Amino acid sequence: MTDTLLPEGGPGDVPPTTRADWQTDQEVRWCPGCGDYSILTALQLLMPDLGVRREKTVFVSGIGCAARFPYYMDTYGMHSIHGRAPAIATGLALARPDLDVWVVGGDGDMLSIGGNHLIHALRRNIDINILLFNNQIYGLTKGQFSPTSEKGKVTKSSPIGSCATPFNPVSVAIGAEASFVARTHDLDRRHMQEIFRRAYEHPGASFVEVYQNCNVFNDGAFETITKKDVRDDMLIPLVQGEPIRFGSDGQFGVARHDGGVRVVEVADVGVDALLVHDEARPDPSTSFALSRLADRPDRPTPMGVYRAVDRGEYGAAMHAQVDQMADSRGKADLKALLHSLPTWTV
Amino acid sequence: MTETAAESLVPEVGGLVIRFAGDSGDGMQLAGDRFTSASALFGNDLSTLPEFPAEIRAPAGTLAGVSAFQVHISDHDIFTPGDAPHVLVAMNPAALRAELGTLIDGGTVIVNADAFVERNLAKAGYDHDPLEGDDLDAYRLVRVPMTSLTKEACKDLGVKTRDAERSKNFFALGLLSWMYSRPIEPTIEWIEAKFKGRDLIIAANKAAFNAGHAFGETAELSDHQVVVRPAEMPAGTYTNINGNTALAWGLVAAGQLSGLPVFLGSYPITPASDILHELSRHKEFDVATFQAEDEIAAVGSALGAAYGGHLGVTTTSGPGVALKAETIGLAVSLELPLVIVNIQRGGPSTGLPTKTEAADLLMAMYGRHGESPLPVIAARTPADCFDQAIEAARIAIEYRTPVMLLSDGYLANSSEPWLLPEVDDLEPIPVGFASGFNQVDEDGNGVFWPYLRDEKMVRPWAIPGTPDLMHRIGGLEKEDGSGNVSYDGANHAHMVAVRAERIARIPVPDAEVCGDADADLLVVGWGSTWGAITATVRRIRNGGRKVAHVHLTYLNPLPANLGEVLSDFSTILVPEMNLGQLVRMLRDEYLVDARPVSKVTGQPFTPAELQHVILGELGDDA
Repeated sequence: MTDTLLPEGGPGDVPPTTRADWQTDQEVRWCPGCGDYSILTALQLLMPDLGVRREKTVFVSGIGCAARFPYYMDTYGMHSIHGRAPAIATGLALARPDLDVWVVGGDGDMLSIGGNHLIHALRRNIDINILLFNNQIYGLTKGQFSPTSEKGKVTKSSPIGSCATPFNPVSVAIGAEASFVARTHDLDRRHMQEIFRRAYEHPGASFVEVYQNCNVFNDGAFETITKKDVRDDMLIPLVQGEPIRFGSDGQFGVARHDGGVRVVEVADVGVDALLVHDEARPDPSTSFALSRLADRPDRPTPMGVYRAVDRGEYGAAMHAQVDQMADSRGKADLKALLHSLPTWTV
Repeated sequence: MTETAAESLVPEVGGLVIRFAGDSGDGMQLAGDRFTSASALFGNDLSTLPEFPAEIRAPAGTLAGVSAFQVHISDHDIFTPGDAPHVLVAMNPAALRAELGTLIDGGTVIVNADAFVERNLAKAGYDHDPLEGDDLDAYRLVRVPMTSLTKEACKDLGVKTRDAERSKNFFALGLLSWMYSRPIEPTIEWIEAKFKGRDLIIAANKAAFNAGHAFGETAELSDHQVVVRPAEMPAGTYTNINGNTALAWGLVAAGQLSGLPVFLGSYPITPASDILHELSRHKEFDVATFQAEDEIAAVGSALGAAYGGHLGVTTTSGPGVALKAETIGLAVSLELPLVIVNIQRGGPSTGLPTKTEAADLLMAMYGRHGESPLPVIAARTPADCFDQAIEAARIAIEYRTPVMLLSDGYLANSSEPWLLPEVDDLEPIPVGFASGFNQVDEDGNGVFWPYLRDEKMVRPWAIPGTPDLMHRIGGLEKEDGSGNVSYDGANHAHMVAVRAERIARIPVPDAEVCGDADADLLVVGWGSTWGAITATVRRIRNGGRKVAHVHLTYLNPLPANLGEVLSDFSTILVPEMNLGQLVRMLRDEYLVDARPVSKVTGQPFTPAELQHVILGELGDDA
């Protein structure tokens, strides 16, 4: 009965859109050269292809450079407070399963102050798409080490090096029972779009780590693996159903080793020894092992979908319970509720 | 309510306060609750005060593990659980030792004599048996071997001895039901319904209850027997309700009255969790409950749901409100409806989780960074929690603002008869979602400005899914009207003023003076002190002295006439379960010499305490 109050979007078929429809009139205020620009462009170009309505799309963010994202997408959007975007998006997505809810944030926002909300949103499998822009630094507060900065990182707040072991975001997500985990980077628009599309299509929580360059405070953090001239040897494409193989001549691969996986030379072990990628393996151990191949961006790093499994989405289960109670009890009757404890009449 | 011949011979008393006390595992809350229910159905007015330790099972037999339930039953309208018990039921030595001091002189002590063995005496810190010495000379002692009589009553039922022993609270209840002429049927029916399918437990509890009742009849306790006749109450249908249940039902009602689905984001915390429990059971009213990972996510999810057009609610206690403060500030900035319920408890920090206090008023008013005003209202009785939950939702929806609703641990758990409202008489809560453009741009095209205000200074609520009205909101300062991010100082000053004014302008009912408008002394209260103040003012006026009472439901904004009302009295006393928080607000707002009457013992005021203070203030001469 009450649902009729809530708009279901415009009438008829989804009207076709162009990139311009998804752009706002707001001046984009990231530093010139920031990796965020290419991520924004990738998404604005992708949205028309997804065939979705702008009014049914919501971007929710926390605080940080990445969190300015909603202002630049001509959809509904909320630029909230530091770390809380996954929690706010959870409420919105549960209340409104008809919406496409995207969450955008940086490594500090989502892995430090908001780490708790991130892992619980993944665990519950809330139907939201989470894009974590990882630049391994605090940008908006001008250059302190972040939870993904490498140990020993020299910054304003760690003049002789940080003491802490960083998070590996993909490992965190897999450990948090995420049903969709992927990694991409800001120098490859087509790869980003492919991954964002997969994230959009996945039912439940999708987690995408985007290696993103902060050219002001952490310039070149990923270029040892993402620049065009090194990419072939340093990025490991994860292709569903295919042996995991990389290198300019396909000379390298990934094989099981000692309970985990390791990079091998194909000539040494043979093609048949290579691990065949299966993102849908129910057991997350192999995906986790893949995430451990590179603990920092100075060695070959898998890119693509680490894990994509179908498991129940929280909102559907929650709404099924509402329906179940409604079915078993019949029409909601406030008078009956007020008279449900013993009553007496004077 | 038929009067039997036996009852007619029983002496009548106008009111009676009974305190059930025992070990946490003895089932005293249940016994008290059932006695209360039977009394409610009998037609008494009543008020209850459950008190229990923070530990689920403190070490058995110790003072720390004592759980108590006080009920005041009356043949006239009452407002509090009473000054002091007339009757104490002590199921073990620890209960006797912990609670005896609360009893009136000459009161009745009913003990489970079986529990007074050396081991239990030692655990309670007794170096002797108080039943044997002169400890209880000032009281009327009734020794009952409840454990053994319960076991005896259950012996042929095939119940394990340990299970039979557990039924001794029903023995106590049976005995009390006989002594105070309570109807038997409601309790028997309740046992049968509650333990349906567990026949042995039903049989044991009924046997214990009946044995307790029979014991009273046969053990020559008739000189203890009294009856409290039904009270004269306004006509209508009543139920016995506690504050948390009433509050939960009020939230359900607010959803129905507004036509909005209710979304509760909550994290378990004493003494607020029962609201989460209750709402979880009523999903058929389009109520979604989300048990979040923490207090921040609880309010965050509620705010997210509110952005999506639901009635967003979060329920918690003081420590939770502290954690939610930043998100509440965001809600102030976003100007979205949100209901925040604070069931206050003793603080600071973890404080006294199961004891009451009302020391979060200033946090409700000012506990956010920046200038971030929001409406604050407080419930005064358990049943009033229903009305104020609806009122909080109404203000939130109508004025697009977070609203803080204050209750406390006392209101949450204590109960009273509630004259049920006619559902059809409840006022609908109008909701108007924005559906079209509200502004024209330079080129003459229709556009949507999320911060363009109406005559009440309220911005439109345009929810996702609405075609054409796509817009971005956030915690950064916004330009009034367009809602675009603005760092302009003059705009910020304007927005700060707008946020203050739009809350200050919310109309609230005038303060009403109860009692003697021409008195010199005015008592000003808020929240759960209403009962104790009302009872006290009545007593003092019955004694021929003049006194007035104003009770505030609306703490922000305050009633428009309050300054004028205060100026009519030379003495203003403000009883509060804190060190004087409303006092500060009144002195600040009205430059009046209001003075605090404080109590922070974890228990509500009693009328006797307030009477003492007020009479002291009035002086002895008439």
